Amino acid sequence: MRELHDLMEALGDAGGDKTILENDEIAHLVASGHKLLSMKSVEGLEVEARETLTGISAKVTVKEGIKIKNPVHLCFGIPHKKGTQQIKMQVKLDKDASAHFIAHCIFPKAEKVRHIMDATVEIGENAEMKYSETHYHGLYGGIEVLPKSVVKVNRNGRYFSEFILIGGRVGTLAIDYAVAAEEDAVAELTAKVFGHGNDVISIRERVTLAGENARGLIKTRVALEDEATAEVTGITEGNAAGARGHVDCLEIVKDSAVAKAIPIINVTNPLAKVTHEAAIGSVDKRQLETLMAHGLTSEEAVDIIVRGVLR
Amino acid sequence: MIPLLDIENLAFHIGDKRILDDLCLTIHDSEIHALLGTNGTGKSTLAYLVMGCEGYQPSGGGIRFKGQAIDNLTMHERAKLGITMAWQEPVRFEGISVRDYLTLKHKERDPSLYIEMVGLSPELYLSRMVDRCLSGGERKRIELASVLALRPKLAVLDEPDSGIDMLSTQDIIHVISLFKQGGSAVLLITHREEIALIADTASQLCRGGIVCSGNPREVADYYKSKKCLACVGEVCDA
Repeated sequence: MRELHDLMEALGDAGGDKTILENDEIAHLVASGHKLLSMKSVEGLEVEARETLTGISAKVTVKEGIKIKNPVHLCFGIPHKKGTQQIKMQVKLDKDASAHFIAHCIFPKAEKVRHIMDATVEIGENAEMKYSETHYHGLYGGIEVLPKSVVKVNRNGRYFSEFILIGGRVGTLAIDYAVAAEEDAVAELTAKVFGHGNDVISIRERVTLAGENARGLIKTRVALEDEATAEVTGITEGNAAGARGHVDCLEIVKDSAVAKAIPIINVTNPLAKVTHEAAIGSVDKRQLETLMAHGLTSEEAVDIIVRGVLR
Repeated sequence: MIPLLDIENLAFHIGDKRILDDLCLTIHDSEIHALLGTNGTGKSTLAYLVMGCEGYQPSGGGIRFKGQAIDNLTMHERAKLGITMAWQEPVRFEGISVRDYLTLKHKERDPSLYIEMVGLSPELYLSRMVDRCLSGGERKRIELASVLALRPKLAVLDEPDSGIDMLSTQDIIHVISLFKQGGSAVLLITHREEIALIADTASQLCRGGIVCSGNPREVADYYKSKKCLACVGEVCDA
């Protein structure tokens, strides 16, 4: 179990809690490359997972009315310099269920690594799912991350997802998320990414407010330095009466970095309302001066502002 | 005795427009000096010049702090000397908690102490973010708390009362007096007479120059009497 040890050590080095596997009350699924290393379930959580030629295929179900007390940890990664990992996930929360999934994606030595996540998620009536995905990358930038998910949130369901990649080089990132929210459902997508070197970032998130009084938020925070580039596309469709959506994109650029934001608002019902705001630029001058008046150097002030935005 | 802040014949022009001209002002240790004047007379410009904000370099004259010329120092170098400033409209920060904001430079200081000084509860506010969720008045109080926490030698307060309800005026007066009690001098920019009257000295600024200086009561009366004709749109011979 050398790989399990290496992966958990890398998680610990990145600030994660490597003792999660030892707790009987915490469900987990750990995979390195295409090897399934460890798996544990708790009452009401069904996990079917199998190894494929290039990765892992998993079907996860939270049974009706079950509220999983502790977060379910998903640890995916490749501890080596090279490799491919393709994760296929099918997640279903039955009616009135709730769960918080925390995905740790660990690639500490990636020089030529490809990580593909292909997920379908269905949130049942009155169910709630939180999904937090944090990436820990090395300093080489030789990684390609391609997360794709299609999510359906049924009546009065709630879906909150957060994608964080602020440690190490991004490499190439292409997020492609699509969420459909039915009547009274809530969908919030947050992405926070810090690009360095020649990292290439593409974030495309779509929320379709299909049901009456559905709520949606797409919030993106990107900081770029050196020659990194980012293109952020936030799409919200308001297709039902009372639907409310908002797209909020903030990108901070330094050095020779290039950022682009494309908010797309499409409203087909006159009783729906969707708004957007996008700001791209260097660090705000007034923020910088305020912190410098508190005794920080300009470098310290920029660091605090960027870390705050990505917090 | 060397003044804490010594502004000599300060001029600041933008193109052909004179914003400040031949302005002289001194502030001593632990002195509260109120600066009165109508809108557009250069009060905030003077504050920015003292703090060293980007784009604010004297066109003539100079500013000395404890005898040292500071015109070529960066903002953070001036802050290290003990100068700081609270802007009229403090900016918001995403992802920075009130606790962190109050201890940016001095991690060892207890933020509860300073948040209480401005009339806010540590339990309710220290974990909140210094972001858009705060009202204008709350943000203003937190800015004053952060300036108090720096324990500066000179605090430039640009209209600390703006955006704060009238019932809280006494709170602001109390906070300003705390600066003096803590040994800080204050350059206090204000439009409110009752706030200016807590100062040790006062000056009226008009068209980029000091037209009246001395006892706050006398300066406030002079200001209200509109003897300075420039303040009422005529040629000033004050």
